[in-house]
Amino acid sequence: MSDHRDRGVVWLGAPSFPDAARGALKDTQLRANLRRATATIRDKRLAVASELDDWEQLRDAGAAIKRRTSRHLDRYLVQLEASVTAAGGIVHWAADAAEANRIVTELVLATGEREVVKVKSMATQEIGLNEHLAEAGITAYETDLAELIVQLGDDRPSHILVPAIHRNRTEIRDLFAAEMRHWGRPAPEGLTDEPADLAEAARRHLRSRFLTAKVTVSGANFAVADTGTVVVVESEGNGRMCLTLPETLITVMGLEKVVPTWSDLEVFLQLLPRSSTGERMNPYTSTWTGTTDGDGPRTFHLVLLDNGRTDTLADPVGRQALACIRCSACLNVCPVFERTGGHAYGSVYPGPIGAVLTPQLVGVENAASLPFASTLCGACYDACPVKIDIPEVLVHLRAEVVESGTGGAEAPAMRAAAAVLDSPRLLGAAQKAAALGGRALARHGRIGRLPGPLRGWSDTRDTPVPPAESFRTWWRKNREGER
Amino acid sequence: MSSRETVLGRIRAALADVPADEDPDDVPVPRAYRRRHTEPGEDVVALFAERVADYRATVTRTDRAGLPAAIAAALTARAAVRLALPDGFPVELLPPGDWQWHPEPLDVPELDALDGAVTLAAAGIAVTGTVVLDTGPGQGRRALTLVPDYHLCVIRAGQIADDVPEALARLDPTLPLTFVSGPSATSDIELDRVEGVHGPRTLHVIIVDPTRPDPEPS
Repeated sequence: MSDHRDRGVVWLGAPSFPDAARGALKDTQLRANLRRATATIRDKRLAVASELDDWEQLRDAGAAIKRRTSRHLDRYLVQLEASVTAAGGIVHWAADAAEANRIVTELVLATGEREVVKVKSMATQEIGLNEHLAEAGITAYETDLAELIVQLGDDRPSHILVPAIHRNRTEIRDLFAAEMRHWGRPAPEGLTDEPADLAEAARRHLRSRFLTAKVTVSGANFAVADTGTVVVVESEGNGRMCLTLPETLITVMGLEKVVPTWSDLEVFLQLLPRSSTGERMNPYTSTWTGTTDGDGPRTFHLVLLDNGRTDTLADPVGRQALACIRCSACLNVCPVFERTGGHAYGSVYPGPIGAVLTPQLVGVENAASLPFASTLCGACYDACPVKIDIPEVLVHLRAEVVESGTGGAEAPAMRAAAAVLDSPRLLGAAQKAAALGGRALARHGRIGRLPGPLRGWSDTRDTPVPPAESFRTWWRKNREGER
Repeated sequence: MSSRETVLGRIRAALADVPADEDPDDVPVPRAYRRRHTEPGEDVVALFAERVADYRATVTRTDRAGLPAAIAAALTARAAVRLALPDGFPVELLPPGDWQWHPEPLDVPELDALDGAVTLAAAGIAVTGTVVLDTGPGQGRRALTLVPDYHLCVIRAGQIADDVPEALARLDPTLPLTFVSGPSATSDIELDRVEGVHGPRTLHVIIVDPTRPDPEPS
């Protein structure tokens, strides 16, 4: 076993969240794309969730099933292994990213093939599988339209559900025209930027690839312990293509994707589509149990990935993040995500869930800015279909960051603020000073960058101008006599 | 130590706060959610038809006697002539005429050259507008309803479950299942929904309902 600290969650090591966000905040195109997209999904999600008058009961059940699973994860994984094996599948255990990459690479090489088709899998992005396969001379073709856009652009996904949410149609048209030829069938001449034309170009580009591919690498939305059934939820049919036509199917799934029983899916298949795309059901859901004679792949491998998940499990507060079903509802309601986009989080898991999951997967010392990438407004908790208390975990991780001494600009500022707020005398003095100093600093009613030690805090926010007098002063002048 | 033992050991160490004698059933799962989302007496078949159509699939309702004519009308409207026919599809349901029925075995290039596929279904889900295929008689391998660009699916009214819990209880998880809710679609470009990427771009569902005497195109 390798040192489990030596694990990959691509692509941390990028700038910290405040630095990365600064660039994103200047990108007006990005912000316009994000604002339109997140508002659209938000509205659709609310509409279809409110169709079910037992939505809260479904959330309660989903949260409880995940809680039961995580508290007995060893039992359910052993049961899943037995069920999948009995159905003709082969189960592999991977302690970290390096081991998972090695297992998948060896499985592909053993088929004699040098190309694989992939259906959207966050786990394989997390471990950097495509890059690892490339080093072994294997080309991985992403088949989800958004993933294709990301791959053609040599880009990173910026959203869990809509990875290319940061690109608009004209950018995508230009990308297809310039890059498709390097990956296979070129884009047609005179390609317009109509979404229907772009989807058609993607269909033609990938068609022969699907019909000839021998090996697939997939992710999994759920895996059922008692039956060994694996579930992939999708819209385009690229999932069905990948799961059905090739001879060898290699599925990489995080340990936490296991659910106890087949009937538990009745909860998640109601919660997931409505929470993620705002549909009553996604167009295609595929389930398979091992292999089936005469239908689909002849060989099925299931790779169970740890890569920091057991460390997350060890924290009784933080472990609830493992309940995430990757619906992305928390991203779409997050005021921070809406303005920065997903890249600023420096992780394949962006947004509120990324801000709690990534630091736990890689260790808070390696992602110390992420627990601060939130306003703690609580919208993510309200939206989460499995009731992950993201604000609670954020605050818990902030405390860990502060204790570990890896905090950013906030830590000294917050310590100073705490001292001032603790003392009415100091607070009064500070407010008076702020009223004078603040008004001197303000331009157009906002303060941009603050001076001195507060600069770090103000790097990513404007500060409202302090009022001419404090509330306490105003109260004393106007209302004190009324008590 | 194998990675299996390593990972299982880490999980057990991580769960030190869980009492050793706790059983999974000791963690309560409240199941207060509804098994059904329709009201008693509500027309589940009508709801199914409405919800399938809401996905921009075409829906036709007919009775048993009208089924061959309904299939013929659908295929004529589509100009679909070369059609995959899965094992176990009742030939007596097929309309007379100049259609080319291609029975299994069909390889992928052959499937790709066809105009569409005509199948039965294993179950329907009214609330979500979903048909489910389980590769049983008349449904074919998964590739049959995937590679051709047109899927005509015949479902009996009695196969339509109210909602997801009822449907899952009817289905056999050891079979490969495909849940289909409308045609292939993507919203990846500016969240603009486009029907049809890799799966069939057109889905036509014919509901065979003994309570409905007249074929009625919708």
